[in-house]
Amino acid sequence: MATQIIHSVTILDETVTFTLEDLSQTTNIQAELIKEMVEQGLLEPQGEAPEQWLFPVSALQRSRTVVRLQRDLGVNVAGSALVLELLEQIEELRAQLELLKHRNLR
Amino acid sequence: MQYKDYYAIMGLKRDASPDEIKKAYRKLARKYHPDVSKEPQAEARFKEVGEAYEVLKDPAKRANYDQLGAQWQSGQEFKPPPGWQGGAGAPNFDFGGEYSEVDSEQFSDFFASLFGRAAHQQRRPTRPTKLRGEDLQSKVLVSLEETYQGAVRTLQLSVPEITQDGQMHTTQRTLKVKIPAGVTQGQKIRLAGQGAPGIGGAPNGDLYLEIDLQSHPHFHADGADIYLNLPVTPWELALGATMAVPTLGGTVQLKVPAGAQTGQKMRLKGRGLPAKTPGDQYVVLQVVIPEAKTPADKELYQQMATQMPFNPRIYLGV
Repeated sequence: MATQIIHSVTILDETVTFTLEDLSQTTNIQAELIKEMVEQGLLEPQGEAPEQWLFPVSALQRSRTVVRLQRDLGVNVAGSALVLELLEQIEELRAQLELLKHRNLR
Repeated sequence: MQYKDYYAIMGLKRDASPDEIKKAYRKLARKYHPDVSKEPQAEARFKEVGEAYEVLKDPAKRANYDQLGAQWQSGQEFKPPPGWQGGAGAPNFDFGGEYSEVDSEQFSDFFASLFGRAAHQQRRPTRPTKLRGEDLQSKVLVSLEETYQGAVRTLQLSVPEITQDGQMHTTQRTLKVKIPAGVTQGQKIRLAGQGAPGIGGAPNGDLYLEIDLQSHPHFHADGADIYLNLPVTPWELALGATMAVPTLGGTVQLKVPAGAQTGQKMRLKGRGLPAKTPGDQYVVLQVVIPEAKTPADKELYQQMATQMPFNPRIYLGV
């Protein structure tokens, strides 16, 4: 079992973006399906034409979730868009709830 | 190896119809889907249900499984009967449909002993093509102190590896990872080239680590901002005071103005998590009323009541 020390760590913050090709390669999702996600407003890249698209880091998780929902639950892309929006709302509410709970703690 | 009661896992009777099986699966898959569910152990339950469905939805596999008989209990020590025919090389093995290759590999040993580990090597292209390695994902639990200062963490990861003869198998790898200072909840960091190995000289994939912040007894992170509840006395708020306040970077002095109220939020600029624009620490003041223990204490409170009449309920009209 080799131990390696890693130095080249990149924080994926808002300055990091992915091209269509990067995103497709990283997520193993076909470019056609990614384009459909963009059409449905699920992913919002900067840039006009697909060759110029730049996706934020959040696109990684969003696109993977869409594929899993499709594969496991039979949800189509439009349905996934709704699911993702609701999930994000829940996540936001949960974070607020955690904060409020914390503030009421002694 | 332990026997798995696929019917019990799906909450079905042994004579369930294909339609009932499908309905049960859909329901459980929604309930435990790792992207949607907040149930504890959702991911493990989801896999278990997926494995059960993989067997029960397929008439051939189900028939094979049913042959074992109904006398088995879940968790009972199990060995396939001698001459078992359903095992590796079963001709109708098919991981198409609802499951990807990766999922099938995660099925239990029990499943593998009955139906084989299957498909992986057959499906892997054998042509000498160049193929970039897959990206891998993992979560890493980081304490607030660690994200404040940056830290080195040792991680154990299962990583696919290609052997000399071109077969894929999984190996344990130990990685020492520098967690950069200032990572926030849910943020991802990328370790270039630390994913699955490339094929035919193509580059390796990357490893993505998602940061999961450990909850802290006193501090709470909201993005790069830190929240702290600070107990204070009534007179500290009434008269104003300078008091010591812990932050992740050490103790600082906070000046609370006279007349501050309980629940009020004070900002310590730049005392949150490090970033290009560092986060702030918010201190939430919380009055703690000292107990009147002695007659002299009671006398003091009584004096306050007489000298400073005050109705905090006036806005309620009472």
